[in-house]
Amino acid sequence: MRVVNQPIRKKDAMSLVTGKPVYTGDMVDKNALVVKLLHSPHANAMIQEIETSVAMKVPGIEAIFTYKDVPQKRFTMAGQTYPEPSPYDRLIMDQHIRYNGDIVAIVAGENEKAVNKAMKLIKVKYDVLPAVLDFRTAKDNETLVHPEENWVANCPVGADNKRNLCAHEVSGHGDIDAVMADCDIVMERTYHTKANSQAMMETFRTYTYMDTYGRLNILSATQIVFHIRRIVAQALDIPKSKVRVTKPRIGGGFGAKQTSVTEVYPAFVTWKTGKPAYLVYSREETQTCGCPRHEMELTVKIGAMKDGRIRGLEVYTLSNTGAYGEHGPTTVGLSGHKPIPLYNKYQEAHRFSYDVVYTNVQAAGAYRGYGATQGIFAVETIVNELAAELKMDPVALRELNIVREGQVMPAYYGETCNSCALDRCLAATAERIKWNEKYPCKDMGNGKIRSVGVAMSMQGSSISNCDVGGATIKLNDDGFYALHIGAADMGTGCDTVLAQMAAEVMECDVDNIIVYGADTDISPYDSGSYASSTTYLTGNAVADACTKLRESLQKIGASIMGCSVEETGFDGKKVYRLEAVEGEKNEVSLVDIATASMVNNYYETQFTSMVSSPVSPPPFMVGMAEVEIDTETGDIKVLNYEATVDCGTPINPNLARVQTEGGIGQGIGMALYEDITYGADGAIAENSFMQYKIPTRQDVGRIHVEFEASYEPSQHFGAKSIGEVVINTPSPAIAHAVYKATGVWFRELPITPEKILKGLQEKNK
Amino acid sequence: MMELKFSLNGKKVSTIIEADSLLIDVVRDLGCLSVKRGCETSNCGLCTVFVNDKPVLSCSVLAARVEGQNVTTLEGLQEEAAEFGAFLADQGAEQCGFCNPGFMMNAIAMFRENPHPEEEEILSYLAGNLCRCSGYEGQLRSIQTYLAFKDSQKGGV
Repeated sequence: MRVVNQPIRKKDAMSLVTGKPVYTGDMVDKNALVVKLLHSPHANAMIQEIETSVAMKVPGIEAIFTYKDVPQKRFTMAGQTYPEPSPYDRLIMDQHIRYNGDIVAIVAGENEKAVNKAMKLIKVKYDVLPAVLDFRTAKDNETLVHPEENWVANCPVGADNKRNLCAHEVSGHGDIDAVMADCDIVMERTYHTKANSQAMMETFRTYTYMDTYGRLNILSATQIVFHIRRIVAQALDIPKSKVRVTKPRIGGGFGAKQTSVTEVYPAFVTWKTGKPAYLVYSREETQTCGCPRHEMELTVKIGAMKDGRIRGLEVYTLSNTGAYGEHGPTTVGLSGHKPIPLYNKYQEAHRFSYDVVYTNVQAAGAYRGYGATQGIFAVETIVNELAAELKMDPVALRELNIVREGQVMPAYYGETCNSCALDRCLAATAERIKWNEKYPCKDMGNGKIRSVGVAMSMQGSSISNCDVGGATIKLNDDGFYALHIGAADMGTGCDTVLAQMAAEVMECDVDNIIVYGADTDISPYDSGSYASSTTYLTGNAVADACTKLRESLQKIGASIMGCSVEETGFDGKKVYRLEAVEGEKNEVSLVDIATASMVNNYYETQFTSMVSSPVSPPPFMVGMAEVEIDTETGDIKVLNYEATVDCGTPINPNLARVQTEGGIGQGIGMALYEDITYGADGAIAENSFMQYKIPTRQDVGRIHVEFEASYEPSQHFGAKSIGEVVINTPSPAIAHAVYKATGVWFRELPITPEKILKGLQEKNK
Repeated sequence: MMELKFSLNGKKVSTIIEADSLLIDVVRDLGCLSVKRGCETSNCGLCTVFVNDKPVLSCSVLAARVEGQNVTTLEGLQEEAAEFGAFLADQGAEQCGFCNPGFMMNAIAMFRENPHPEEEEILSYLAGNLCRCSGYEGQLRSIQTYLAFKDSQKGGV
């Protein structure tokens, strides 16, 4: 392929590296009202009284809103296709405060100083209630997080607010109990992962203003413009036709911006006052009032034979959705449906069950990996524990059991695996890290031990039978094309990747395609950039729209040449007769076609395609970590990380590589540093980058990534997703390496030096 | 309220500030929008600017302290940014770009201070510049290929 599979520079690269003002915060009218939110200091409370009249007297204060001022229709902030699986459990503000940080008042004023002063003058009397802070005690607790009668679950997800249940399900195939009873070895272990923050460098922020037509315009750092339009319209109880949402460049998303964290508040201010308004979350708010990964406790049972054949897997997940149910019923599904199919070969049965519970802590949301990350940590670790128990090489154990191309995967909704290079990924990674030499560990003789660990991963490519990818391609003067998309480039490079696909079909240079997105007034509908959907699904929409445009260009060319369209071809620069006829016009340039399309024209030169997919083909990955542990201090360093990815055809190998390196970097943070702990009042201790340590460039070792391409037949270019699959291997691979160095399994993340030292001390007792 | 006079990207400017105004907010108000805030705790490095050619965190400097000083932001280093930035772009390592200005500022400071840094020196010099997208590996490649390019321009070392 000419343009696809090439390491092309991102279209916006030079603007970004030279610091151009292209983000939400760079585009705010200096006269916009400064909006800030007053947060609750209690985890569970009813507001008895709230007094704002003194605060309103501060010079420069425009408005203060409380729960008394907002519409009473419940909604969810989860950016999902309607009807959302996430329950409608929110109001813009509620008299019932449900976590330490919940929103008590919206303050809008001319400047920050005035707003800060007014915030201090708001007097609130709380009736403080007992709070559910431990998610293991949430189900059927007498304290209800959502006792209200107008709580609504739109989809049958097993939710029951009178039991603190946001979702519940049991699924499976085969007779798991009989298979387990027949296995040579059955192991059961419990694992615990934390509510990690996405920690994108640009915190949540939204700018709102009224336009010429009296419509509410929302410029926001969001991955989901169309969902934001619906969410805001519902929250404000106004027609969707009154709302327009656009996104400029986004300073990172990782799923955080798949939830409407900040949009409704300035939108409410602008709708009420008619004035432009801007809300930017501080890092502290982003850490404590955002939408982190769901904390999960996973109990895994594995049944195998002495020769290593894995015959049964059982996963029970307890997921903590926090005070509100955003993405609660859906993230949990991936904790079973993504790891279990990896061991498909001899799998006769599986059972996957879960409870998603409400508690009085920060509501969770979508974070890269979306439940798969947690499930893969648990299942990959128990497979490594099984290998230790069987005294088998964990790479050999995997080679024996992994899913292969052509297999039906009962634990993956019965889908057939039509593209899979997982076996090649495993072999290539083992060879590069020199697994056979380094496994299990090497005593360096100075109190330090080096060891290696392994893990695999799969994800999906879009939500099958749900997501919609949309693309519009338009011919312009001189023969350049405009590609309009509703997907959101959040730094991932989808503007460029989709332009590469368009250029491939149109047989032109990628510079001949201009890209615009995303704007709810202009862009074709697209679910948005999440669920690893854009390259795979929106990519198919681009290819389809471009194919239609090609056909139409040939029709115009044929009409100019006076022949039938069947007699013509198109090579990107001209429409020509397949067989030249002497004395006749034998070709028409693209420029002439573009010009002709603007004079007395009867042909379409703009096409939109909308596509969905009945399948969600999994990309695969293998990661191997080499770590060094200081047995005197428990200090752990990642030295090397080798990874091999099967994302089908990498559309842009550079961007796919950086996605992978970045995902591994985040995964290393999850494995070793990033913790979330709560005080007795439900407040999060790790509320800044001072306490919530994300990896620096000195913490990630050397990451090395290669690709083993398969070809996914359901995608125009054979591509699968890349964005999420890449975050899942570090936690289990590092936990495995730590075991090899210390002889101790760490089943709770993060694996800090303190835990390692304590583990070593207990083992040596 | 007080008047502050300093040099911003080589131009003399005069502006009214408050006693507690931070340098980051003052330079942004003066149109230097490349300067970004990623935290409030001096941890992320996004707000890096030069004061008298030395990199500082502008979120942690009172604006009043730059009276009479020379302040440089990426707006004043466009040529250098474009030259090195092209190497970052060729790795696809700029990603979301939000941390790029602070990273570029500190990288440029490093190139000036130490034209031939070893790998460990690069990682150490730039340790205060967080990036959540790239895993840092592509940034390192871009620095190393840029340094090799600069050497080849000089006819090798």
